[in-house]
Formats: sequence, C-alpha cells, structure tokens
Amino acid sequence: MNTYRRPHPGTQPDYDYPPYVSTAKRHPTRPLVRPPQTLSELTGPMFGHGDVKSTDNDLTCQHKGEPLGERIIVGGRVLDEDGRAVPHTLVEIWQANAAGRYPHPTDNHDAPLDPNFSGAGRAVTDAQGRYRFLTIRPGEYPWRNHYNAWRPAHIHFSLFGQAFLTRMVTQMYFPGDPLLGLDPMYNCIADESARKRLISAFDLKSTVPEYALAYRFDIVLRGRAATPMER
Amino acid sequence: MRLYASANQTVGPYLHIGLTWLVTRNIAGASVSGERVTIQGRLLDGNRAGVDDGMVEIWQANAHGKYAHPEDRQKKPLQRGFKGFGRIPTDARGAFRFTTIKPGRVPGARGGLQAPHLVVSVFMRGLLKHLATRIYFPDEPSNAEDAVLKLVPAARRSTLIARPKSRGVLEWNIILQGKGETAFFDY
Repeated sequence: MNTYRRPHPGTQPDYDYPPYVSTAKRHPTRPLVRPPQTLSELTGPMFGHGDVKSTDNDLTCQHKGEPLGERIIVGGRVLDEDGRAVPHTLVEIWQANAAGRYPHPTDNHDAPLDPNFSGAGRAVTDAQGRYRFLTIRPGEYPWRNHYNAWRPAHIHFSLFGQAFLTRMVTQMYFPGDPLLGLDPMYNCIADESARKRLISAFDLKSTVPEYALAYRFDIVLRGRAATPMER
Repeated sequence: MRLYASANQTVGPYLHIGLTWLVTRNIAGASVSGERVTIQGRLLDGNRAGVDDGMVEIWQANAHGKYAHPEDRQKKPLQRGFKGFGRIPTDARGAFRFTTIKPGRVPGARGGLQAPHLVVSVFMRGLLKHLATRIYFPDEPSNAEDAVLKLVPAARRSTLIARPKSRGVLEWNIILQGKGETAFFDY
C-alpha cells in the first residue's frame, strides 16, 4: 500500500501560534511521535451519495422562506496532490448568516439571526471530484481574540478523502477581503502561496445570470508518496 | 501535476452547526459481533479545564481485524452494517462517551500484527489542525509487542491505554498539556 506524503514545509499551521490566543492552552507541548503509516491510517470511513440528500447542498431552501443576503454559488473540485480527482467524497460546510451571526448558543454577537438560515450544508463529490453549494454570502463578525478583532468572511469546510490521513478541516475566504491581512487564522500558515490557496476565486462562468454570483474553491487533499507509473 | 495539500484551519467554536448531523455514539449496532465496550473520558486543556467545544472521531476495524475500506485486502470477513466510524462531541464538562466493539488485530507497517486499537482525531477551537492519537486496550498482552506503542517514550505509553472503570466500561482521557499529556502522532 502506498503511504501518504508528508506536508510540504510551511503549508500547514503549527499547533502553537500565539497570535491566535486560544492555542495557548490547547496545543501539545511534548514532541509529537512520528510512527509509520499503517493500514489503520491508510484506510478511513467512506461516505457516499447515500449519506446525503440531494438538497443538502442548498442552504437557501432549508426553511419556509428564503434567507436574507446575497445568494452565491460555491463550487470546485476536490483533488489529490497529483491533481487527480477525489470522487464520491463527503464535503461538509458551515457558516455565519449574512449578518455575521451563527445560530449557536455561544454566539452572542449583537447581529440578527435569520430564521430562514441554519448555515450547514453537505455534498458528495461526483466522479470528477466536483461539488457545488448554493448559499448566502456570509458576513464578517467580531471575535474577542484581540482589540477590535474581526473574522474575514469565511465558510468552514470538512473533508474525509479516502483515508484517516486525508481528513481535513479548513476555511474558505473571499477575494479582496480587507480583513485577511489582519486575521490570525488566515496568517497562521507561513507559506504565502498556501495561504492564498484558501481564497476562493470569482467564477464568472459558473454564475447564474439574474440569480447568483459564483466562487470557485478547489481543495487539495494529501497525496500518495509514490506516484504510480503513468499509463 | 504536483499540487500541495490545502492548509488546515481550526473548526472554531461553532463546529456543531456543520458536524452534529453525523454524530455517532454507538459505533457498533446490536447485530455487530464482538466484545462490547463503552469508552468514556474527558478532553482537558492546559488548565485541566474540560474543553466543552471539542469533538473526537474514531476509526476502527471490526472484531476480525478488517477495515470496511476497499484498500483493506485481507481475506477476513466484513460485517454488514459496521462502518467503524464514530463522531462524538464533548459536553459542558469536556466529557465524551461512546460504545463500540473491541477491534481485532490488523497488520502493522512492516508485517506482524498490531495490538487492538482505535485511531482518534481530535478537533476543537484553538487547534489549528486536528490531532491524531490512538486508544489501546488494557490487559492486552499484544500491547507489549505493538510497534507503534514501542515508538512512544515508555513513560508516556500509558496515556494511550484505556483503564478499566467498571464492567464493560473503560476510561481514556485526552490531556492536551502538562502532567500526563497524551501522546499525539505526526504522520
């Protein structure tokens, strides 16, 4: 069985990152152990089209009325590090509403909840690794990490891929957001090009005229260490 | 084409919104054969405070030591209805609890068999990338020959081995920092 590649230097965050204050008491302080990858890590839970409903990728149709805010389409492909599609894999998302508020008991930001928006969606990629969500552009919101801290607009993404080792949770950002340079979460990634890959791209050809603009966000999961022979 | 894996980001404090739909506290339904076990514990931060906005995910083989995955090509039986996946959020005390069956032994990286174990991912606000660790079982003679366990410094091995709590119940805590800090893995 082929093992998975180690992360490229600088492309993944460290656990201890003082600008994000909550890491202080939540990062391991002892050296991590580096074991070989075994069958236990080279396999992982498999989810497919039977695990989601066909409407789970539409965050605008989960209630009686339409949510407030700007409708957007968010789509892209899930690939491995060799550029191969990762088909039939589960993608879970969650996000704030257009006002920058989550329907969550611990979110006490003074911005309105939207009774027509829960902010959670799921999709399974097709044979080409493609996924697509219809949602609302999320709002920015303040948090208490430091004085006048605001999170840039973002959507949380959770992916499984084909193995325990391809499991990933990330966040998608929007192009041109002036808060990105000030955001510890975005800046925890040392490598600038790796940071920028978390910013979606405006995607004119996927827009639906008179209905919704579109953003493209391709996600790359860890790839295999040994590349099979090209056919 | 050579791409680099996308960067991980924290799940943040509102992970439940997107992830609760798949919560699985009973990994093995009643029809699944094997020795049933409940594993409970707490997720504790550097102040020994319970992490109330965390989540663990479990991945495991069935009682025969076979994973429900196409790349497990061992000639061992699969079990209908057993996926081997659990997702368990922590509660207000940072506590988690799930029920499953003890897995069988699976092959190691260089031949031989591993001791029975569950692999675990840990997610929470304040963690920029999830943590990986393992749960091993007490009173299991094969722990002594397990190649992964042997790589863990001897003084820290006990952090990966659940302790008997009561009949059918094991206790296993995740300690992020300080005395008894859980051994985490970097793959």
